Amino acid sequence: MHNAHAQAAGLGGMRAAGDLVARMQMTRGMRLPEAKQYVADKLGVTPFDLGDTATMTEVRNEFGFGRIHSYAISHPWQANFIEAKFNISRVLDVPILCVERFKERTGMTEAPTTH
Amino acid sequence: MTGEHRIPTRMGDGTLAHLTKSEIRADVEDGVAQAVRRAKVAPLETDEVDHLVEIYASPAKMVGVDLGDEIVLSCDGSGMKTHATREQDMQSYEQWMGADLLELCPGDYSLKVVRTILPYEAQCLHDALLSTVAPMQYGVMPNLGLYAKDDGPCENWSLLLPAGRIPEARAACEEAAEMAVADAVRMADVMYEAGADAIDFDTTGASGDPEFWATLRATEIIREKYPDMGVQLGMAGEFVLGMHGELEYKGKRLAGMWPLEQLHVVQEAGATMYGPVVNVNTGKSCAWNTARACAIVKPCMDEAEIPVHMNAGMGVGGVPMFVHPPGDAVARSAKAFVDILKVDGL
Repeated sequence: MHNAHAQAAGLGGMRAAGDLVARMQMTRGMRLPEAKQYVADKLGVTPFDLGDTATMTEVRNEFGFGRIHSYAISHPWQANFIEAKFNISRVLDVPILCVERFKERTGMTEAPTTH
Repeated sequence: MTGEHRIPTRMGDGTLAHLTKSEIRADVEDGVAQAVRRAKVAPLETDEVDHLVEIYASPAKMVGVDLGDEIVLSCDGSGMKTHATREQDMQSYEQWMGADLLELCPGDYSLKVVRTILPYEAQCLHDALLSTVAPMQYGVMPNLGLYAKDDGPCENWSLLLPAGRIPEARAACEEAAEMAVADAVRMADVMYEAGADAIDFDTTGASGDPEFWATLRATEIIREKYPDMGVQLGMAGEFVLGMHGELEYKGKRLAGMWPLEQLHVVQEAGATMYGPVVNVNTGKSCAWNTARACAIVKPCMDEAEIPVHMNAGMGVGGVPMFVHPPGDAVARSAKAFVDILKVDGL
């Protein structure tokens, strides 16, 4: 079922910019046009480009946002996982909580005394 | 005997039917009419009805939205352990399934059971966040019924109500709701420490207005404590059952609320995403069901200040009530909600 939705209507997640737009929706409450425009402006693309795998693969490569990889197509020198989220947080100018926790737990920043 | 050829289309239980285009149009129009009658909403415009007919009269196996109209998919349950570890399942979802966001959740998916395994769940979340890219939320069903005897400590209002013991039933609802709020906030505290991007309250209102109240109150507290952590609030049914009947949130009675009123209180509580539900009638065609769903939810779209993620899953949002919903039906509902409602996600 998820696959059918993804093929019919999905932004494509990490294959394009779906995860980036989703982040603006779920943490900032942005509606779709606003979230797409925000991400597009930060990346220097158009909202139409955000669903285009061909364009966004290069953009993700450029910004270090994490790539789809397989045994045959590996990119060990590029940012991935938590590394990619550091880059996403910086470029999109949005706090990502696991990035903040990472900084605190590795001494990069001071941990708050209470939450 | 009609000269029209028959088009394969789905019923709400997932079975194939062969309808003429005229019959599909009749179903769409009746679905809209039933929405108007039941939910007191405005009917769809003529061009919207025509577009729905075209979608469901298409013989294509897969249909899709136009390029550029793609939406966000909030894939619940992606970390529920299907074929590998939960962490690996979520990695599969983001790498292979095009998931725009991920969700770690317990197998039981209920709030009350999470309370006793919080550290383990938070550890899983913490570790999974280090090895994925897509935003990740932690999801539960409020499932207030588990707080009632014999599963929980509170008196069982489902037994008290038919016995006519209304004040006792209401007191039991209220007691359970307060417990659920405390559990939900404690869960959010721990998941915030683990680094969750959001909390997802799924199937909210399954136990009626007390559960809806508890979730709204928990959302309000969580958002105030953690403004950088989102809350997605998805419903269980198209209107809120009045198990208590008199519970209010900020002066608005919750029992009987349809999606537009639900949206208002969800926004007031501070949620960052809202998921309306329209239940599927398995005896009607998917065209009927989707038309009805479009009409019921359409009033939300102009007034929403937060993203509206229409629930389009098994048994809701025009998707058949079948364990493996056929892709052709799923795709049609997705296209309908994007084209007609301009939803922010599914």
